[in-house]
Amino acid sequence: MSSFDITSTTQPLGRSYLSEITQETLALTKRLFLQLFRRPSTLIAGLLQPLIWLLLFGALFSNAPDDLMPGGISYGRFLGAGVIVFTAFSGALNAGLPVMFDREFGFLNRLLVAPLRSRSSIVFASIIYITVISFLQSFAIMATASFLGYGTPGLGGFVLVLATLLLLVFAVTALSLGLAFALPGHIELIAVIFVANLPLLFASTALAPISFMPTWLGWLAALNPLTFAIEPIRAAYSGSLDLGTVLLHAPYGDMTGYGCLRVLLVLTFGLFLLIRPLLNRKLA
Amino acid sequence: MSLLKLKDLVKSYGSVQALKGLTLNVPEGCLYGLLGPNGAGKSTTLRIISTLLAPDSGQVMVSGTDALLDPLSVRRQLGYVAQEVAIDKILTGKELLQLQGDLYHLNRKQRDLRIAELTTRLDMKNWIDRRCGSYSGGMRRRLDLASGLLHQPKLLVLDEPTVGLDIESRSVIWSLLRELQEKGTTILLSSHYLEEVEALSDQIAIIDGGKVIAEGTPNQLKKRLGGDRVTLRVREFSDEDESLAVRELLQSIDGVSEVVINRSQGFSLNLLIDDVSILPQLRNHLEKAEFEIFALSQSRPSLDDVYLQATGKTLMDAELEIAGKRDVKLESKKAMR
Repeated sequence: MSSFDITSTTQPLGRSYLSEITQETLALTKRLFLQLFRRPSTLIAGLLQPLIWLLLFGALFSNAPDDLMPGGISYGRFLGAGVIVFTAFSGALNAGLPVMFDREFGFLNRLLVAPLRSRSSIVFASIIYITVISFLQSFAIMATASFLGYGTPGLGGFVLVLATLLLLVFAVTALSLGLAFALPGHIELIAVIFVANLPLLFASTALAPISFMPTWLGWLAALNPLTFAIEPIRAAYSGSLDLGTVLLHAPYGDMTGYGCLRVLLVLTFGLFLLIRPLLNRKLA
Repeated sequence: MSLLKLKDLVKSYGSVQALKGLTLNVPEGCLYGLLGPNGAGKSTTLRIISTLLAPDSGQVMVSGTDALLDPLSVRRQLGYVAQEVAIDKILTGKELLQLQGDLYHLNRKQRDLRIAELTTRLDMKNWIDRRCGSYSGGMRRRLDLASGLLHQPKLLVLDEPTVGLDIESRSVIWSLLRELQEKGTTILLSSHYLEEVEALSDQIAIIDGGKVIAEGTPNQLKKRLGGDRVTLRVREFSDEDESLAVRELLQSIDGVSEVVINRSQGFSLNLLIDDVSILPQLRNHLEKAEFEIFALSQSRPSLDDVYLQATGKTLMDAELEIAGKRDVKLESKKAMR
């Protein structure tokens, strides 16, 4: 038997709020990344799936007339923005799954018994994790799109892509975390993800412009948050960085790049405000 | 001085009332055992103390802090080891402890020192760097105990810490608890293992139906019974009418203070006697009334006798009775955040 005193070491030092919340958030984020690296199949699938979309869908319309797409861009270049946004959206929609599993397996209780300075660190960790993954996926898509000859955004365009993705990822992560606490179990959460994913893709401008769609679908696409993320990124790919120009001819009127980003911003804050009472209650 | 004070705790899950005004005082430095069958309200009590659950009404004070008003302060002082070991199977034991240390805001040096100490003390060196998914129940429980102790809590709350464990793990945990107790850590331990509670606890509260029904040191509780226990069976398989008749007869004998029918043991009778000298007299009475004696044994009172005396049933009977009524699915759903 050892001779040390198991109750002898010093108590935690009093530290600042910011320092403690950073420590909590980094520790929780590290856990998510350790899970990812030790189960890399999800990361590999998450990287491969959008590349397959890009490759197959890009090839599907490769012989389409040059002037088919708005602005005369190739279908591959048109598709790139859609695949980037859809990939980020799918990833963020899954953000609630680890939290749901933690709820189900009781690991969340371990976190809640700890004297977290703010339980928001649980939410922050999820957001950081999903954002990094989404960016990694987006870089892979951009690199592949460039390799396939679908072009690249300039430096400004690149920043616009990241900013737009950031807004979308924040909004959808908030929604997914809200669902993870509102739904009774992972089966229900997966069902919601399954039902939401593809319909939202098809009812957006990811694969085709609104002008190709019947009126009812055009309305849906023009109201779909994915569209408001796709259009600025598509603009970044087209070489035009003037966010004051009209990017979306919606049935209810024209939307500029700024308009699209404003909608995303409102959506992000709105969703966070919407789920806040739920998170406060569940994490109280 | 009490480190933990619970006053009139009430908690319901839907129509099921888990706690019905539970009051408890745990003195500082004490190893306090909560004894009761599954479903008696032990886990609910511990979850309320650990701030995971809010009571419908009542008060929880930990070291003078109201847990309902200032849960953060209470969490800093408290180590909680839940009944269901929640670990991340992908992490190694050490990584899990590092995470725990960071959540308790230990600086890296303190954290790593504590991890090294506890790894040695709980004999985890050989497997602490393996992923938790490969651990046995005993290993998981030891790791869970280490994570509860990492920040040196004033109050350690353990919910059924050795349930289903192998002898070696149980022995390691018992030894550590004794050592912690000697060094002044207050420990609140729930168990439905009589021998565990008796072996470890300075003081005991017996919980039944969401209330404390008896409280004191193991010796006090046994002494309160007032004498030796006798278990009597007039036939191998008696029936209720016969056992009631025997009970009536026994109650008329001077020196027999309590007679309880134990239905689950073939209607045997458990009686409390002032002195062993009345046993011959007891035999005579039974013979005169033409009752045979299939078996008669005498023993010092045990905690099971205390439980039987307080509730009219043995702990095992109570377990079986509650097991039939519990909706474990509903309970785990309600426990989920």
